[in-house]
Amino acid sequence: MLAKLMDKIQAVGRTGTSVIEAIGRGTLLLKNSLLWGGPGSAGFHDLLKQIYSVGVRSLIIIVVAGFFVGMVLGLQGYNILIDFGSEAALGTMVSLTLLRELGPVVTALLFAGRAGSALTAEIGLMKATEQLSAMEMMGVDPFKRVITPRLWAGIISMPILALLFSTVGIWGGAFVAVDMLGIDDGAYWGNMQASVEFYEDVVKGIIKSMAFGVVVTWIAVYQGYDSVPTSEGIGKATTQTVVISSLAVLGLDFVLTAVMLGGV
Amino acid sequence: MRMRYIEITVGAFMVMGVVALVLMAFRVSGLSLQDAGDTYTIKARFENLGGLTERAKVSMSGVTIGRVTKVYLDPEWYSAVVEMEISKSMSTLTKDTSAAILTAGLLGEKYIGLTVGAEDDYLQTGDWIEDTQSALVLEELIGRFLFNKAEEG
Repeated sequence: MLAKLMDKIQAVGRTGTSVIEAIGRGTLLLKNSLLWGGPGSAGFHDLLKQIYSVGVRSLIIIVVAGFFVGMVLGLQGYNILIDFGSEAALGTMVSLTLLRELGPVVTALLFAGRAGSALTAEIGLMKATEQLSAMEMMGVDPFKRVITPRLWAGIISMPILALLFSTVGIWGGAFVAVDMLGIDDGAYWGNMQASVEFYEDVVKGIIKSMAFGVVVTWIAVYQGYDSVPTSEGIGKATTQTVVISSLAVLGLDFVLTAVMLGGV
Repeated sequence: MRMRYIEITVGAFMVMGVVALVLMAFRVSGLSLQDAGDTYTIKARFENLGGLTERAKVSMSGVTIGRVTKVYLDPEWYSAVVEMEISKSMSTLTKDTSAAILTAGLLGEKYIGLTVGAEDDYLQTGDWIEDTQSALVLEELIGRFLFNKAEEG
């Protein structure tokens, strides 16, 4: 009886220490790879290549998703606001929703699915085929060579993608509101300009998306680097990337919003 | 050749980001470049703000000429004090300018409406607007209306 209880307590302890160890390894990875430089460090071209595969190739899904999200916001907002006769506030509603919340968050979720999973699988496969060990043998730091450009590509790409998402969404909302539902063009844009603040809304949205970029790419490269080097292990790590980074984005979003709005 | 393609697309990607930022700044948030900087601060005392908050608009004839920067209660007078920033381009507000707290639409946000007077002197930084009109509070209006009705009947 006592032995069984001890086993249970040991299992809890083992989970706890392994989680703390994972956080420690992840922090070390971030520390070792955030700064440029060192032996065999990646060049500017590596960064460009990574921005291409992480950012540019995610462009289609972001733009299409942004357009449809904007159109749905326009349609839903119209149906709610028309009851109060205040459909002129639709532009404000669509733009603030996109800039403050949906732009950064939905982009980060799509980014985790589209680019984060690919990063994990790529690095996991590098580990499984012992490319990372080979680099170490040659005196090349795999952190600087492999992780650094990917991490920075994610941090640079995320805000751009989120901005494009919001922009396309606002124009998608304008398409539905002005062209299809017949809201006055001046009311849509004028009310939007009157209530959207550049620093309060646009810049804070960009800060949010940068934070999400760091978190999503960090989790993705860490999961890849820390994966069990088998086909099963890589599959599991890829799933973990999407699950953990989605949850982290949603949780962090609440924290950032609370801090920036100063409400809590 | 492949590197060239990657560089071109990444360059285009960056340019799109900048274009989106510019659109956000000027088309969506209506940022104008001469907006920042030259302002002066004037104060006004109100009996009741009725939901006026910081960053509310200050307008004259419906045109926004400034913003509310600070709202606080004066512990000596037990009345609300509002500090507002007025654009330097509107430096010719007369000393007897009056301020009223108004509502945009029926249920809209509160803002301050200024009306100029006829004096020759202009308001300077730190000056007080003497003639103020508090916000319309619906409960007070209804209360007064009921009171009058009761007196009649």
